[in-house]
Amino acid sequence: MKTDDLIDFLAAGDCRVESHALARRFVPAIGLGMLAAALMMVALLGVRRDLAEAMTVPEFWVKAGFVVALAAACLAAMPRVSRPGVPLAWALCLVAAPPLVLWVAAAAMLVDLDPAQRAAVVLGQTWKSCPFLIALLSLPPFLGILWAMRGLAPTRLRLAGALGGFLSGALAACVYSLHCPELAAPFVATWYLLGISIPALAGALFGPVLLRW
Amino acid sequence: MQRIDKEEVLRAKEARLRQLMLDGMAGDSAAYRSFLKELSTHLRAFLRKRLSRLPDEVEDLVQESLLAIHNQRHTYDAAQPLSAWVQAIARYKLVDYLRRHATKDALTETLDEGMDVFLATDVAAADARRDVLQLLDALPDGQRLPIIQTKIEGLSVKEAAQRSGMSESAVKVAVHRGLKALAARMRGER
Repeated sequence: MKTDDLIDFLAAGDCRVESHALARRFVPAIGLGMLAAALMMVALLGVRRDLAEAMTVPEFWVKAGFVVALAAACLAAMPRVSRPGVPLAWALCLVAAPPLVLWVAAAAMLVDLDPAQRAAVVLGQTWKSCPFLIALLSLPPFLGILWAMRGLAPTRLRLAGALGGFLSGALAACVYSLHCPELAAPFVATWYLLGISIPALAGALFGPVLLRW
Repeated sequence: MQRIDKEEVLRAKEARLRQLMLDGMAGDSAAYRSFLKELSTHLRAFLRKRLSRLPDEVEDLVQESLLAIHNQRHTYDAAQPLSAWVQAIARYKLVDYLRRHATKDALTETLDEGMDVFLATDVAAADARRDVLQLLDALPDGQRLPIIQTKIEGLSVKEAAQRSGMSESAVKVAVHRGLKALAARMRGER
């Protein structure tokens, strides 16, 4: 087939494009994904009963600030990683910032502690379940975000998968933090990040296969 | 002096192609056709330089890139340089192609970041070895017929919808999905 014939074929008929292509995919994907994650959390885990009380403690807001900032930074990177030819370096720095700040805060807190207490603060009461529950809750937003990206055009598939996974993990952590009894920064800096990294790893692994176009 | 000329040529080209693309996205088929025609000369030059060891493959890859650009054109953001968007797609398709054919060694030093895609043109189109319209035959009727009606027989979306009993938006979705399936077949999937 001649290339000019292919061009005539492609340009024939109605070639209009609907605008806001990214919003039309990411808004339903993330909205429904979050809703499903929230329902899973309420049904399987339940909101912590002393939530109102916990919200009066500054550490609660440190944790909430971290997960929301991380989700926002990942969300801001989505249009960049889903479009061909857009520079990404700053968006990646922005994604790295919340974990770095939290690690500094956690390290400062641990340094001040009696060495004998440090392990107990890092491990908390729920370190065994926290990462897996976050990974579990990240499943609906993860599937939604992959679907959204499949309709767009990421060119760095491994990175796109990893960032999409990281976003779904951060969104799941936002939901999970309403259940989670832990407040200490060293706990969040370790086990939350580990949980958030599980879908990110899955995204990096499967991105090149699932996001190809 | 020569450098300034080059930059000016690029800027003018970027502005003109971008306008054609945006007019096309707004529904101007003639502008869109001119955009694809002119773009194909740049893609050909860009890919020929990088596929110097596989000259017979160039036109296949030009067509694959054109189909990709058509299918993903909703991801172009008017605030972004068109050349960056086009070049990223051409590079992506080139790397995907080389990986597919396991000829990574053909990736010579010419796969550099620089070299603006709009700088060079090549109008000497060889025939592609693959016929895209033959690939169309393998699609399911639900996608194939709307594509044939709107893209080859020249029916409007409304007429195609009436003929097939589908809604207009279903026709549009079927055409879009069908063209994406065509791109998958060009990559040799399924």
